[in-house]
Amino acid sequence: MLSARAFVLPAALLPGTAAAADGAAPAWLLLWQWTPAIASGFLMNVLISVAAMLLASLLGLAVGLGQLSGLAPWRRACHFLTHFFRNAPWLVVLFYCMLLLPFQLRLFGVALPFPDWAKAILGIAIGAAANVSEIVRGAVQSIPPGQWESAESLGFSRRQTVWLIVLPQCLRRMLPSWMNLYALVVVSTPLCNIVGVHEVMSVAGELLANQDRHDLLLPVYGYLLLWFFAYCYPIARLTRLLERRPAPSLP
Amino acid sequence: MMEALARWFADLHERTGINLVVFYDPFDAARFFRGVLLTVEMAALCIVASVLIGAVGAWLQGSRWRCVRALVNAYVELVRNTPSMIQLYFLFFGLGPYIAAHNAHGQAEPLISGFTWAVVCFSFYTGAFNTETFRAGIDAVPRQTEEAAESLGYTRLGAYLYVVLPLALRISFPALSNNLVNLIKMTSVAYAIAVPEILYVSNQIWSDALNVPEMMNVVLVSYVLLVSGFNALMARIERRLRVPGLGC
Repeated sequence: MLSARAFVLPAALLPGTAAAADGAAPAWLLLWQWTPAIASGFLMNVLISVAAMLLASLLGLAVGLGQLSGLAPWRRACHFLTHFFRNAPWLVVLFYCMLLLPFQLRLFGVALPFPDWAKAILGIAIGAAANVSEIVRGAVQSIPPGQWESAESLGFSRRQTVWLIVLPQCLRRMLPSWMNLYALVVVSTPLCNIVGVHEVMSVAGELLANQDRHDLLLPVYGYLLLWFFAYCYPIARLTRLLERRPAPSLP
Repeated sequence: MMEALARWFADLHERTGINLVVFYDPFDAARFFRGVLLTVEMAALCIVASVLIGAVGAWLQGSRWRCVRALVNAYVELVRNTPSMIQLYFLFFGLGPYIAAHNAHGQAEPLISGFTWAVVCFSFYTGAFNTETFRAGIDAVPRQTEEAAESLGYTRLGAYLYVVLPLALRISFPALSNNLVNLIKMTSVAYAIAVPEILYVSNQIWSDALNVPEMMNVVLVSYVLLVSGFNALMARIERRLRVPGLGC
């Protein structure tokens, strides 16, 4: 029961008090000393995000083009996959991959290890791929149908039309949404910490556990937020710049 | 009917080993149902709060004062470009202990629960996205419409509330639906601070019943059903709100 409703302001919140008085290092000094460790943890987040985005782009391209395929069952399957995984939370998909995939794969009798970080990359990539799929579908559909018809009249096959005529024009149109998605992938990488992959949140957690000081939690998590901001904000600005200069309109 | 269903699932477990415990065990069913209810409650609160934050934010972004506009922009950029999970940790673990009261035993006890922090965090996160979405919608409302409203005697706030915002809402509705779907999906992140929502209670259930694959599928399907239901609702609202002649 709450008897005294008095708010307690821990002394550590006030400058130059308790924590510093009994000889503990001030927060800013610890943050400075921890920066190399945090940087190496953040590198892991960047690596996960880059690998996940590459995988998501490949999967998303395949499924996105599948959504426009002439083969009805394949088209429906791709459509279903896209919508299913767009509606599923990334954290749940991540859990799914973590808990249900084997720790090693057997290919032609050779056991390949399938470590946690690889599962995490796959888990994030599946969610992102569903978004790439929609981006690809939208971009391909934004190409005027006249181009398909003229390509056909010039003797291009459907496959050639997609790869040589439609997709090159789509790249420029997809770039802003693709970059937006990459920023989303980056900010979702801390989720890997929940499923036990070592990244920047785990590094921060270990550093904090060694200190056991509650006054450090606020500055440390604030510092991590700044790291992500420093990485994502330039991407967001560049995306905005590209959006403002739209792709040349097509006849 | 319910009993027959429960018997069928219990029988399924015995015959095939597929242990869908939430469908036949009353204790686990209640646990899971409470988790679903909490997710729905959290999502509903966040949806209302984030739409309000978005509306206020978009209005302030059109302010005459530069410092107000700069402040709202800073909020939007800061929130959008950082992970919601670390924001949640920052609030719950970082800020939470400072907002505490002494209990009868003299121990500090947090005044704000994990659930409340999660609602605050996700509302402001999605609020930033909604601010941008509404701003784009407001910019798409012709300037003359606002002038016409003002010439009819509306105040600036009145013109915003009764003329511009309703039109902007319709223009930005598809993007808003998208933001809110992401919000519903984001509620699962509250797992990280032990809010007993769907994912958290399912984790408890699969730890007890050792039926990870079955529960994982139940969780995945639950979220997809929840979001699909919400999408259908939003599509219905969008049709109801349609104004002939506006948009396509």
